[in-house]
Amino acid sequence: MEDRSNQEQSTKIEGGEAAVIQLSRVSSLEKAGGLWCSLRPFYEGCIHFMLFVCASISILVTVGIVVVLLYESVQFFYDVPILEFLTGTRWSPLLKPQHFGILPLLCGTMLVAGGSAIVAVPIGLGTAIYLSEYASPRFRDIVKPMLEILAGIPSVVFGYLAIVFVSPIIREIFPSAGVFNAASACIVVGIMILPMIISLSEDILQSVPLSLRAAAFALGANKFEVTVRVIVPAALSGIMASFLLAISRAIGETMAVTLAAGATPKLTLNPLESIQTMTAYIVQVSQGDTPTGTLEYRTIFAVGLALFITTMVMNVIAQYILSRVGERYE
Amino acid sequence: MASTPSVKKHMQSSDKTTSDHSKSPIVRPSIPEGKSMRTADELAQATEKISVTDLSFYYSENRALTDISLSIPERCVTAFIGPSGCGKSTFLRCFNRMNDMIEGTRVEGEILLEGQNIYSPRTDIVSLRKRIGMVFQKSTPFPKSIFDNVSFGPKIAGIRRKKDLFEIVERSLQRSALWDEVKDRLSESALNLSGGQQQRLCIARALANDPDILLMDEPASALDPASTARIEDLIFELKEQYTIVIVTHNMQQAARVSDQAAFFYQGLLVESGATEELFTNPRKQQTEDYITGRFG
Ligand SMILES: Nc1ncnc2c1ncn2[C@@H]1O[C@H](COP(=O)(O)OP(=O)(O)OP(=O)(O)O)[C@@H](O)[C@H]1O
Ligand SMILES: [Mg+2]
Repeated sequence: MEDRSNQEQSTKIEGGEAAVIQLSRVSSLEKAGGLWCSLRPFYEGCIHFMLFVCASISILVTVGIVVVLLYESVQFFYDVPILEFLTGTRWSPLLKPQHFGILPLLCGTMLVAGGSAIVAVPIGLGTAIYLSEYASPRFRDIVKPMLEILAGIPSVVFGYLAIVFVSPIIREIFPSAGVFNAASACIVVGIMILPMIISLSEDILQSVPLSLRAAAFALGANKFEVTVRVIVPAALSGIMASFLLAISRAIGETMAVTLAAGATPKLTLNPLESIQTMTAYIVQVSQGDTPTGTLEYRTIFAVGLALFITTMVMNVIAQYILSRVGERYE
Repeated sequence: MASTPSVKKHMQSSDKTTSDHSKSPIVRPSIPEGKSMRTADELAQATEKISVTDLSFYYSENRALTDISLSIPERCVTAFIGPSGCGKSTFLRCFNRMNDMIEGTRVEGEILLEGQNIYSPRTDIVSLRKRIGMVFQKSTPFPKSIFDNVSFGPKIAGIRRKKDLFEIVERSLQRSALWDEVKDRLSESALNLSGGQQQRLCIARALANDPDILLMDEPASALDPASTARIEDLIFELKEQYTIVIVTHNMQQAARVSDQAAFFYQGLLVESGATEELFTNPRKQQTEDYITGRFG
């Protein structure tokens, strides 16, 4: 059977080369002989199994992480009622009296996510529209690698820049601001998620069919009208999804906010104050001298679970929207 | 060019002075259901709407059209026929300057629309495109509601009042024979319509701009026979008001709907003339071969 399919293949190739290929194949087959034939299924099976193991690792790790998070969190919720955790307005597990209300951390996280979105969404969308609709190919060729570099800058660098560069400027303008403040975190995280918004949105704008542009131009629309009234609305759901993904990234962002925003869990929307996000709290406890196995230590699993659920829900929504966008233009 | 179209000669001699009494259509018994086809005489006496002189068109260095001269009469249907790649669509896109969207293209010669060269630097492309509606092969509804699709042109032209827009939408949809099917769901997405309905929606969208010329690039090639028949009926009705230029691969369709036909081959206009004559008695061998399907 093997032999026949080889012959069939080689007959498709034309000229003298084919004959040579065929000859060499046949002779190598003969040399390998019966031993090869009996080993072959085993060999194939081994490869299949090894690849399967590789693929399974990601599943096992994911499941493992979720199980650990759930297990530790359930233990935590034996001691702290889940209602208190979700509705309490004070968070001070490391100090007496202890309070376990996650709202201040959630508020800090949302403040940074919202603030960075305010920074990144207009700039990101504007850049994406410019790159997709207006920019010359040459300019695009310059900007795209730049965005990649921007996306590759480590987040700790952003955190550092926030402290030494952004925060002083903010304190210059608003003297009431602290050294650590939410605003500087918002700005640097906004810059961090910018490349993501730009590249995703630009892809989506580009995927709007040329025929729609042509149809709009043929109706006497000028470039701006075509862009604003046809292309962007057609791409809107995808653009929204890119925002969601970027905001979810901002929620998960750790290093920059830990450095820039400080470590003061506070139920406030004032960006000039120092706050603490869920991620920053986890850093604080993981690094500190909190003994493992204690209630204080378990808080990070409960907070981690809350963080995980928040970002997962946003990602799922975004992916769902993106997949629907894909279908529409098939 | 050896084959200067006969229509053009007629037109140039009759130009505008004798056109007044040519408007009323004569219903000819050979065409079913009371549809009208212009007679050769009528065609000859129709006002010239568009006049193309020695038009050559280049995609970068590739010449896609060579020295085309053609006259397009008002309120008639002109069909462009010819094998794939011969430049029909390119030529059609020259009329509303859609080729400007493609980088590196170049035009030589002139196209006069009612005596004005549309390629002169003073031409306002936006108002040109409002006067010349275009319908594409693949229907291209915007992912918006039916109402928003049809009112797109008027809206960008600055019409804001809902009542005015609604009137335009209703009139346009009625003219494109879609009103009865969609009047109860104007706010639904246009993407929910069937292919044939979408194509008629695109015609309505073009008509909403109140153009005097309608360019159609294979408007029915993606449609089933019933939808095709509806579009053809529509063309018959629309030509009472509009000058229509249609590209088609379907010889029967060209013979049925058009008054004048032009046969293109490899960027050249081989032959053009009254449809009946071109289809029954072509002057060029190439034309005859193509029409009879012996092309190759
Ligand atoms: N955007 C473009 N860039 C470069 N060349 C093009 C472009 N569009 C068309 N051409 C070339 O111009 C020639 C004419 O193309 P055109 O689309 O006008 O043909 P057509 O007669 O409409 O064919 P069909 O019947 O298949 O639609 C072809 O050789 C084609 O390859
Ligand atoms: Mg074409």
